[in-house]
Amino acid sequence: MARRLDTGGLLIDRDQPVRFTFNGREMDGFVGDTLASALLANDQVLVGRSFKYHRPRGIMASGAEEPNALLGVGKGARFEPNQRATTTELHDGMAATSQNHWPSLERDIAALNAKVAGMLPVFSAGFYYKTFLYPRAAWKWLYEPVIRHAAGLGKAPVKPDPDTYEHLHAHTDVLVIGGGIAGIAAARQAAEAGREVLLIEQTAHWGGRALTDGDVIDGHGAPDWVAAQIAALEAMPNVRLRTRCMGAGLYDHGYAMAYERVSDHRPGQHGAPRHRLWRIRAREIVVASGAIERPLTFANNDLPGVMLASAVRDYIGLWGVLPGQRAVVVANNDDAYRTALALHDAGAKIQAVVDVRPEVTGALPDQARARQIEILTGHGIAKASGKHRVEEVEIGPIQPDGTMGSRTLHRFCDLVAVSGGWSPVVHLWSHCGGKLIWDETHAMFRPDPSHAPMGADGQANTRVVGAANGDLTTAAILPSAKVGASEEATIQPHWFTPSHGKYAHGTKHFVDFQNDVTAADVRLAAREGYESVEHTKRYTTLGMATDQGKTSNINGLAMLAEALDKPIPEVGTTTFRPPYTPISMGAITGSATGPLFKAVRQTPMHGHHAANGADWEPVGDWYRAYCYRRAGEDRHAAVHREVLNARARVGMLDASTLGKIVVKGPDAGTFLDLIYTNMMSTLKPGRCRYGLMCNENGFLFDDGVVVRTGPEEFLCHTTSGGADGVHGHMEEWLQTEWWDLKVHTLNVTDQWAQIAVAGPNARKVLEDAGCDVDLSAAALPFMSYVEGTLAGCPVRIFRISFSGELSYEIATPAGYGLPLWQALETAGAAHGIMPYGTEALHIMRAEKGFIMIGDETDGTVTPQDLGLNWAVSKKKDDFIGKRAQQRSDLTRSGRKQLVGLMCENPKDVLPDGAHAVKRLREHIAMPTIGHVTSTYYSPTLGHGIAMGLIEDGLSRRGEWLTFPVGKDRVMRAQIVDPVFFDPEGAKQNV
Amino acid sequence: MLEFTCPYCGAVCAETELHPGGEAHLTRHGPGSSDGAFTAYMFERKNPKGVHFERWRHQYGCGKWFHAARCTVTLEVFGTYSAQVSEPPEDIIAAIKARRPDWTPDWTVDEEDA
Repeated sequence: MARRLDTGGLLIDRDQPVRFTFNGREMDGFVGDTLASALLANDQVLVGRSFKYHRPRGIMASGAEEPNALLGVGKGARFEPNQRATTTELHDGMAATSQNHWPSLERDIAALNAKVAGMLPVFSAGFYYKTFLYPRAAWKWLYEPVIRHAAGLGKAPVKPDPDTYEHLHAHTDVLVIGGGIAGIAAARQAAEAGREVLLIEQTAHWGGRALTDGDVIDGHGAPDWVAAQIAALEAMPNVRLRTRCMGAGLYDHGYAMAYERVSDHRPGQHGAPRHRLWRIRAREIVVASGAIERPLTFANNDLPGVMLASAVRDYIGLWGVLPGQRAVVVANNDDAYRTALALHDAGAKIQAVVDVRPEVTGALPDQARARQIEILTGHGIAKASGKHRVEEVEIGPIQPDGTMGSRTLHRFCDLVAVSGGWSPVVHLWSHCGGKLIWDETHAMFRPDPSHAPMGADGQANTRVVGAANGDLTTAAILPSAKVGASEEATIQPHWFTPSHGKYAHGTKHFVDFQNDVTAADVRLAAREGYESVEHTKRYTTLGMATDQGKTSNINGLAMLAEALDKPIPEVGTTTFRPPYTPISMGAITGSATGPLFKAVRQTPMHGHHAANGADWEPVGDWYRAYCYRRAGEDRHAAVHREVLNARARVGMLDASTLGKIVVKGPDAGTFLDLIYTNMMSTLKPGRCRYGLMCNENGFLFDDGVVVRTGPEEFLCHTTSGGADGVHGHMEEWLQTEWWDLKVHTLNVTDQWAQIAVAGPNARKVLEDAGCDVDLSAAALPFMSYVEGTLAGCPVRIFRISFSGELSYEIATPAGYGLPLWQALETAGAAHGIMPYGTEALHIMRAEKGFIMIGDETDGTVTPQDLGLNWAVSKKKDDFIGKRAQQRSDLTRSGRKQLVGLMCENPKDVLPDGAHAVKRLREHIAMPTIGHVTSTYYSPTLGHGIAMGLIEDGLSRRGEWLTFPVGKDRVMRAQIVDPVFFDPEGAKQNV
Repeated sequence: MLEFTCPYCGAVCAETELHPGGEAHLTRHGPGSSDGAFTAYMFERKNPKGVHFERWRHQYGCGKWFHAARCTVTLEVFGTYSAQVSEPPEDIIAAIKARRPDWTPDWTVDEEDA
């Protein structure tokens, strides 16, 4: 069994006990424990079921590479699935649950998969691709309900996250990722040179592997050396240090992302975010991310109790936990003997050290021999066995041809410590273009310093130090320090230990533990022609789980290389992508949730509308009133009342959101002639003109009224959502094409509040409000403009109309917006004034056949398509889009053109986007000739009206069109003039 | 995330402060141009593996458009310069040649314009 030792444990504080639960069972631990070390201390070796086969799984590692021990942690809204027990700091009251089993961890029905898998090809490589094709009906009764239920990791939390998260931007000269001795030394060196340094470490403590394996550095024990270095760094003003902060990703030009778990170890604490995402720009990046030990691949190597050798001695040394009493150590290198020694010295019985190498010499094995530990050279594990944890191993000689000899021996054990050598953590180096080289001697990929990530200046900006660079010993990492070096004999690469007898009979050799990929799967992929490692990855799912193959990728690709009979570097690695380990969605989101998700723009009258029944709709970033509901009214009734009132008496609209761009300068007219399809330079001061803007591709993208406010000054109105885009468009052409023109542009949208007063009584309202300008038709005719004072507010009055009514649009500096609105309400009361919202605005413009950008246009529609040829100048040599509008596709017949549509049944309202069909057929896939772009019930006409884009629509006036609008439902509408109401314009010209 | 120095305001800008504008030094073909010339101007873009001239706008800063010379393979930025030129200035060409001795300018003056 596994148990807590009476002494030892560098990281735990035995004076601070904590209580936690696992699957509801109370357990004890100490401050400083990880969830994994605490579970092992309570002899909880079985911690979960595997992804596909639901095999029992235990803790395998002691750090970020852990593939098996993924647990649900927390309760209620703070529940989070798939937390690695090895990187989860224990705290008092923690509730952890195992995953992927039904009905319980100990008795799992789906583990039957594992048994069936021996007989049928289910869950083997390419299983998804092969199985889910046929029969189609199986989707309903098998694939979705059964297989999806069985395969998967964890359960998603269902309640909103109560914690807060934040982003933090940091700039530094040097970013050092990894707080082991290599990172500490690099940080110290840079700091001594006067550079600004940020040193980050993913765990809660400094020192990395040196705490376990560091021996003696400069006469001090490694932990003391680490503590002294950190104290020195903390005293330097140019150094920032962060633990619990993982280097998540490296990006172009020295950009790096780090993930700090600020308060996971003290949940619910106020005043601190849970996680913080660091967005760092560094002149130089030093990667000191260490190395990860590789497991060995033998039959049933996934049994709980089979652990990485380095993790075993971590649990003994760092947390005072002995993971087993009777241990077998399996190795192909000298480093694993450190584990044998640590186990022996902690009181465990070493049943054997099994070493695949035929000869074992060197200082570490000699120390083992001195302790009477049996070393079986040239041997491997033929098979491990046990029910819920390893109970016995079968050990056999590895023959010269690589097969397993028949003269095997058995050892009882409750722990198998495995070491297949080390793989440098080259992930971060590789994220941003760093290349790798295969180091034959040490059987590992390490960074190729001649192909480093580069900065904007084209110089290498990243280097790798320590174990991440392939320097696996303290002496190699700190060459200038005096360390107790012990020579190690070379590793013998060993990728697969065969069983004896029939190949893989009843056993599985796991490569990827988290995704349940076996050696047989990798070989099957090779046999089926998957020669690229990237294809094999996707076919077998090797390395695709949340651990991204940290313990499996190198073993898997080495097996693939063997199967393909290619050298390992020729097969290569899959692509390393950020983040290094999964980071929380909360950290990615930062504070951008709820009201902070997106900024909302409000007009100066927003609060007043809100207090008067405004029913909001988002328009671009603005909130506009869709309508103003009175007591007992639904939206529909409110909108109809607003339309009828504006048509009969007078309405007022908050039009402040309309884009307003000032274009000024001696060449302003020339410039606007290029920007608009119309001629703007001929506009007289004090006059208004409706203008269209096309892109260079000839398509209409914005419209609005242009006002000449002075000899060299124009005010260009744009759509509410288009102001920023139009301003950017103008600046782009001005700065990059016509930079010789003397023109300035300025977006003044927010500087002005704007109110439209529309309806037969509009003039009376303005007059009663107190206006110092002559508002008569003669003095201020349609499409003219004047400045003055209205109700004591400085105003610009534009006599323009988007409703077809007598209408004034009044602009006033934003601060006057609310007083002017209220003054007009007061003055208008006697004339029946009512505010109207965007829906009434839309209905009234549709009744008049006015187009709406985004309804009648979709980026493929020209002014000519919309019958707006009158607004496209024939006289101008050039404007943006003119050349494109001469292209054959834009001038051909058969283009969709704007028409009005009058429903046959007055009560019918065509669905938005409904298609007109050539011929009605019984089933869908009927050829269509166009679609509805705007559609409303017109309260003015008492009739459903619509606009649509119909092939050759302009020449089809009077035709009846058929719209299949649902199952067994067809509407008919007649093509009419899109101006449904007051075509002569009698109402606005008064 | 790329970093450029805005030649107008001097700020060192992260890519997220900028708006990309595609290939630089296009010659505009307006009314009167042939279908072929207009199509090339409108739709055809270089996609070089190596030195590339690009347009960027300092959108969340001074608002100015500028040009950048950049290597699409290594992401090295050879320099940034004014948007109000129709070909890269000499100092930019020199900076590129210093780092890429084998590179030769690959833009040509449009025949229709010449």
